[in-house]
Amino acid sequence: MAYEDFLVQKDMDFDVLRGEIFIIMGASGCGKSTLLRHLIGLKPPVTGEVFFDRQNLWKLPQRERQSMLLKMGILYQSGALWSSMTLAENIALPLTAHTSLRTREIADLVSLKLALVGLSGFEGFYPAEISGGMQKRAALARALALDPEILLFDEPSAGLDPISARRLDRLIVHLSESLGITAVIVTHDLASLLDIGTNSIFLDTETKTIIAKGPPDMLLKTSTHPTVRDFLTRGQSSKSTLNTHERTR
Amino acid sequence: MQQPQVDILFEPSQSARVLIGGAWHIGQNCPRADATINQLKSLQGLEIVRLESQDLTHWDSLLLTYIRALSQFCGAHEITLDTSGLPEGVQGLLMLAAAVPERQDAGRREDLNDGLSILGRHTLWLIKDIALLADFIGEAILGFLRLLSGRSQMRWGDFWRLVEACGPHALPIITLISTLVGMILAFVGAVQLKLFGAQIFIADLVGLGMAREMGAMMTAILMAGRTGSAFAAEIGSMTVNDEIDALKTSGFSPMDFLVMPRILAMFVTIPLLCLYADIWGMIGGALVAAGLFDISASEYLIQIQSRLRLIDFEVGIGKSAVFGILVATAGCLRGLLCQRNASSVGLATTSAVVTGIVYIVISDAVMTLLVTALNLYKR
Repeated sequence: MAYEDFLVQKDMDFDVLRGEIFIIMGASGCGKSTLLRHLIGLKPPVTGEVFFDRQNLWKLPQRERQSMLLKMGILYQSGALWSSMTLAENIALPLTAHTSLRTREIADLVSLKLALVGLSGFEGFYPAEISGGMQKRAALARALALDPEILLFDEPSAGLDPISARRLDRLIVHLSESLGITAVIVTHDLASLLDIGTNSIFLDTETKTIIAKGPPDMLLKTSTHPTVRDFLTRGQSSKSTLNTHERTR
Repeated sequence: MQQPQVDILFEPSQSARVLIGGAWHIGQNCPRADATINQLKSLQGLEIVRLESQDLTHWDSLLLTYIRALSQFCGAHEITLDTSGLPEGVQGLLMLAAAVPERQDAGRREDLNDGLSILGRHTLWLIKDIALLADFIGEAILGFLRLLSGRSQMRWGDFWRLVEACGPHALPIITLISTLVGMILAFVGAVQLKLFGAQIFIADLVGLGMAREMGAMMTAILMAGRTGSAFAAEIGSMTVNDEIDALKTSGFSPMDFLVMPRILAMFVTIPLLCLYADIWGMIGGALVAAGLFDISASEYLIQIQSRLRLIDFEVGIGKSAVFGILVATAGCLRGLLCQRNASSVGLATTSAVVTGIVYIVISDAVMTLLVTALNLYKR
């Protein structure tokens, strides 16, 4: 993956299985969000392939790729709700465009999705009129609009207080268990990823490739790579360079 | 507060002690690292430099930059720098600054600033810009074909809302500007015409000027400043906020959804605004003619009616339709190309107005040539 001459990551090979809560983690600037853009059809890889449901995503013609992408729901970092529309209109838009449901049915579905994320009654509000945490939940409701098979989250807990972040985590787990949705989460929120992650990859900024794979709690116990250990223990392991600084004070 | 100072003592066994004292504050005249380094250079084969700070009373970042400069010098010349004689806080901060190694590939290349390089950079940028415009036009044509075949994702509700924003809401300012332009044309022309006693031809001048050219151009420039920039700002803000990406991943084409209604709304409203501007321009001319040059309103009207033909208005309105498409294109294109940071929306807006006006003038030149070549004004 690269932006013109600037290499972001290389030699990436990983699988996301159905039903997993898959974490993509790494330090800031390692290319996590860029990787996500490759997976959701916004940026083609310089070399390599992305397979979704056994289909080579980037080899498909535009039209078929678009219909594949409708099976994915995406929660952007800032929510990315359409600011000129109410929450109800935001969720209704994909429904109106991609299904032949009647207005009444769509309105019912919109109410359902908002209720699932705990925003019942906020249908007529504009994104600017609700708090950041609520915007994220509304954006999640929109991501769920077409009953996707896979949800992708870009830093879902960014800007949320710890309680809201935990509520969102619980919601993700609940959806995964009850609806069988696969979740791919780009995050560096340790508490979240150790709590709910079932599998993960760790992207490294220096070597620009994946340096660890596996469930986050297992990596915490067994990984020997210093960067990964530092990350997962928040620099509190005995060998961490951060701690030598602590001692001189 | 004591003056900040540095004393260097050279010791046997190739070492030097640097005694730092006084109050080192940004406001004070603190010793510079270069001077110290020059003095240190004077000793050949220097191996170790010790820093001591018993007489140091206050310090802030200035001391840190001084020591960092010394540290760099020592690092480059394989001299050991002993910082244990410095206050704990200073040592801690120095360690913190050195903790994360400097990222080698993150530095940007220094851009050369001589005339030729600037010209080169601007040319490359212009070529890239033209390529982006060509890309956009291609997509727009595809979008338009989709619209004709009924397979577009454009929402007609958006279209009508935009028509209202482009058209009726612009009437007040167009009235003002075109009346004034008509008055200016009349005045500028009349001063010369009066020398020949030909004031009556003010009517011709203003009438033909507004109908063929100025109505279209003034309206288009106004719309570029008013509506073109609004389009760029709306779409630019959406880009910054990831809303365009969200449209794409929800299966919408930003071209169909955002750009098509805007281009169409502009295309439909601008000819009407142009005609409106033409009329007010001629009224402006009449005001000057009647007020300053003794030409009555009925004389003016008769003169216009005898001189102006339908073709004059047709050319003007046709030009304005083309200008409208160009202004909307410039606005939407700049909005979509917006970078993802706050200042970009401002840049996109400015760029939309400027490129809009450039497109207007270039296309005007082309169309005027065409009109002349096709001899459209022949009686």
